[in-house]
Amino acid sequence: MADPISRADVEHVAKLSRLALTEDEVEHLTRELAGILGHAADIEALDLDDVPATAHPLPLVNVLREDEVRPSLDRAEVLAQAPLAEDDRFRVPRILGEAP
Amino acid sequence: MSGAPETALDIAASVRSGERSARSVVDDHLATIAARDGEIHACNAVLDDQARAAADAIDAAVARGEDPGPLAGVPVALKDNLCTRGIPTTCSSRILEGWLPPYTATVVQRVTDAGGIPIAKTNLDEFAMGSSTENSAFGVTRNPRDLTRVSGGSSGGSAAAVAAGYAPLALGSDTGGSIRQPAALCGVVGVKPTYGLVSRYGLIAFASSLDQIGPFANTVDDAALMLETIWGHDPMDSTSITGAPAPLAGGADVAGLRIGIVEELTDVEGIAPEVRAAVGRAASALEAAGATVDRVSVPSCTYGLSAYYLIAPAEASSNLARYDGVRYGLRVDGEDVADMNARTRAAGFGPEVKRRIMLGTYALSAGYYDAYYGKAQKVRTLIIRDFAAAYERFDVLLSPTAPTEAFPIGEKTADPLAMYLSDVCTIPTNLAGHAAMTVPFGVGGEGLPVGVQVLAPALGEPVMFRAARALEAAAPR
Repeated sequence: MADPISRADVEHVAKLSRLALTEDEVEHLTRELAGILGHAADIEALDLDDVPATAHPLPLVNVLREDEVRPSLDRAEVLAQAPLAEDDRFRVPRILGEAP
Repeated sequence: MSGAPETALDIAASVRSGERSARSVVDDHLATIAARDGEIHACNAVLDDQARAAADAIDAAVARGEDPGPLAGVPVALKDNLCTRGIPTTCSSRILEGWLPPYTATVVQRVTDAGGIPIAKTNLDEFAMGSSTENSAFGVTRNPRDLTRVSGGSSGGSAAAVAAGYAPLALGSDTGGSIRQPAALCGVVGVKPTYGLVSRYGLIAFASSLDQIGPFANTVDDAALMLETIWGHDPMDSTSITGAPAPLAGGADVAGLRIGIVEELTDVEGIAPEVRAAVGRAASALEAAGATVDRVSVPSCTYGLSAYYLIAPAEASSNLARYDGVRYGLRVDGEDVADMNARTRAAGFGPEVKRRIMLGTYALSAGYYDAYYGKAQKVRTLIIRDFAAAYERFDVLLSPTAPTEAFPIGEKTADPLAMYLSDVCTIPTNLAGHAAMTVPFGVGGEGLPVGVQVLAPALGEPVMFRAARALEAAAPR
């Protein structure tokens, strides 16, 4: 069985999830995730080495089509929904200069 | 309510024949919404003006001698995770508040092309994550049969809208039971079609390998009418099944049908005795109508809940990465892009959505992937195999839809696991990609509706609807 989830795990996962959690939320989630993952211990315990995984209920294949010009979403309508847009582009805060 | 509510089939027939105007139908239903939604709160938005204009257009078409289609003049309530161009679509989340989609979901387009009239956008658990509609950022939807109880979820608003007479038809989405469980709790019919039968284009994604759109209705025939309107291949959804589905007409004849009661979903702890008894009575009624009934074990269903609460959050954590404060919805400024993303998501998502994103990210993260997500995908294989074995011996299966009648508002909000158990009977169908529906079958010990679930293999809708019609005919009044 996997180790129980720790506060440090929760903080790490919050970073991966891009969620700025409060101290309170980190505490709650540490407890709640442990409870939910504890319930999943029943499947962790199963021996399924010979069972293939199912990612999807349908036998999916790539869907291809001719590369034809077709009407697409209206650019102005889409950009009008952005929090900030400029020169036909989405505008975001600075990216360069970020700590690695 | 006095008498049976008017069916969609009756409304469409009277509007097509010119006997009744679509405008009067819409005005009547808008009046019901105005009278009742203050206390029920099934609607995030009522589409008064759009619905009246659409009704007038239908009436003009009838006056010109045209046929507006099989849903002519029928009001339809839409779960607020279905995109409607230029009309707010919120997923009951602050992160999408005020967003106007630049396109319309295929199912909504098909409804309007058939003469149906969108009348409201209905409340849901935020991003369809929940079983009570209590996770909505805009407040709970109360059960029309008892205002102190939940309407179920996540499509609680759509279920309540049909139960309260806002519209004879509604659309919802079902990822682990989000159509069937609220339908059962509100006493209406709810259908989760086979995965891929109905286009998901324009449905805001929760867990893409499980999500499926389906109808709510007061009668099985109305549900069939809606499903036949929305189904069929859509080039905009790469998972949409090609080929014409078999029609759902075919009456209620169950003579010779082989029906199995799923032990793992019926005879387990947590299922209320009255709910179990209703399944027994439903089986007896089908037997009296000529079916054969036996019990059947689908062993891996026991692990469905655990597998689902790893797979669905894992897919959700990926799908919800798109809410980054860049292209639409809320933005909370930060020092740089990553900080802006994290602050936006912290402010925009509610507690259950954060919990599922965290759970899913954890289940997919290095070191845990094999133990959790990988294992859950293998359980999914076992469930598919076990159902396949059961369907060699049975045509359809029966079980409860929800473990209990509608529970009091607030009863399960402090305990996520207790809430998750509300979906224990409905989840295996989504994991297998099969079809299932709920039919109201009397009331339980507290006098509230109980639903019986009919399960069928992939594309087994015709036989599922036949069994459902027989159950409907035999249901206690």
